[in-house]
Amino acid sequence: MTLKISDVSHDEEFIQKLSDISGEAVQKCMQCGTCTGGCPMTEKMDLTPRQIILLSHYGLKEKITDSNTVWLCATCNACYARCPRGLELPKIMEAIRQMTLRQNTNHVEPNQVPKEVLADMPQIALVSCFRKNTS
Amino acid sequence: MKICYYPGCTLKTKAKNLEDAGKAALEFLDIELDELERWNCCGVVFSLADDDLLHLLAPIRDLIRVKDAGYEKVLTLCSMCYNTLARANLVMRDDEEKRNTINTFMEEETDYSGDVEVMHLLNFLRDEIGWEKVKECVKVPLKGLKVAPNYGCTLTRPRDVGIDSPDKPTVLHDFLIALGAEPVDFGASTDCCGSYQMLSHPEAAEDAVAHIISSASENGAEAIVSSCPLCEYNIGKRQTALRDKRPELQELPSFYLTQLMAVAFGTDPELCRFDLNHPQSLPLLQAKVL
Repeated sequence: MTLKISDVSHDEEFIQKLSDISGEAVQKCMQCGTCTGGCPMTEKMDLTPRQIILLSHYGLKEKITDSNTVWLCATCNACYARCPRGLELPKIMEAIRQMTLRQNTNHVEPNQVPKEVLADMPQIALVSCFRKNTS
Repeated sequence: MKICYYPGCTLKTKAKNLEDAGKAALEFLDIELDELERWNCCGVVFSLADDDLLHLLAPIRDLIRVKDAGYEKVLTLCSMCYNTLARANLVMRDDEEKRNTINTFMEEETDYSGDVEVMHLLNFLRDEIGWEKVKECVKVPLKGLKVAPNYGCTLTRPRDVGIDSPDKPTVLHDFLIALGAEPVDFGASTDCCGSYQMLSHPEAAEDAVAHIISSASENGAEAIVSSCPLCEYNIGKRQTALRDKRPELQELPSFYLTQLMAVAFGTDPELCRFDLNHPQSLPLLQAKVL
């Protein structure tokens, strides 16, 4: 992955917001990749969890928000349980989701979910999905 | 013994099999579940954004209701409810600034400081009842039944609320042994089943479920046991549809932990609502132990 870092691409405000919303310091990450190794969703992610943290170091907001990674994270906490630096990655993923959702956008539209799916799924699936994907 | 019980939304409808079997089984241990009179949904997922205190109110209200009812402990059967209640409780216990903000905001409620103990059925059985007492209640040992213990995510992670080691948990193994069943070690026993991604990214969740099913089957499991209604839905209820798409997957009947306990204690299987499970769940028990 080639990273072009310039005054334009380096978004200091993004780094600050990420830290404020997550309460976590991405700088703690030493890029060992243990998070990616234990993540059950990496196969479908276009950027691995480790890459998301690397891009966050540099404040490359657009690359992060264009990626599907945070939307595939199911907050299973496998990464956090194994991180040798104790970084709570699910909070960083949540902060990135929130930055998008707080622009009054939804990633899943509840009124687009087919009725038969709504009728079949347990409440905890619906509530958690809408909590993570709607503004 | 009377114990305060928080059911959660799914146990009253889609996961009736988890609740009904749990109530029936606990009667054999002389435990009466005293359900909170006015509980509300815990919100299912713990609020991870540091500035989002609003979503902590629902689980904290439930914990205040526990104190209002005169209890110091509350029992859950659903592992997602357990996780959300326990994490919200830790915020109130350990974070003075958030505790003060939340207590001030909920001025109609008694101030709360995180002093309720949130328990899941499994650590309650292990720590308060003991496996020996569980064994004494077994009338129909699940002898020879090879079951994959599916811990999932929320029982053991994150560490500060986990009821067992997130790396190598044993509590569900010990539970199965107490019932006379044979726990089957498998590599995916603490893996995520995809959770709510079954709605937003079904293919990714199906990959996760397929990995869990094949890992359990390859290690010789005849069935899988869960305590989370979302795991049970993804792995059990949706399995027939998944196997239509992926016929290479072996059929793996699924149970809630309470159903296995109720059957082992001699409860009429009718009361355990196997009609809500994977279709081969009851036939497997009938063939192996009943």
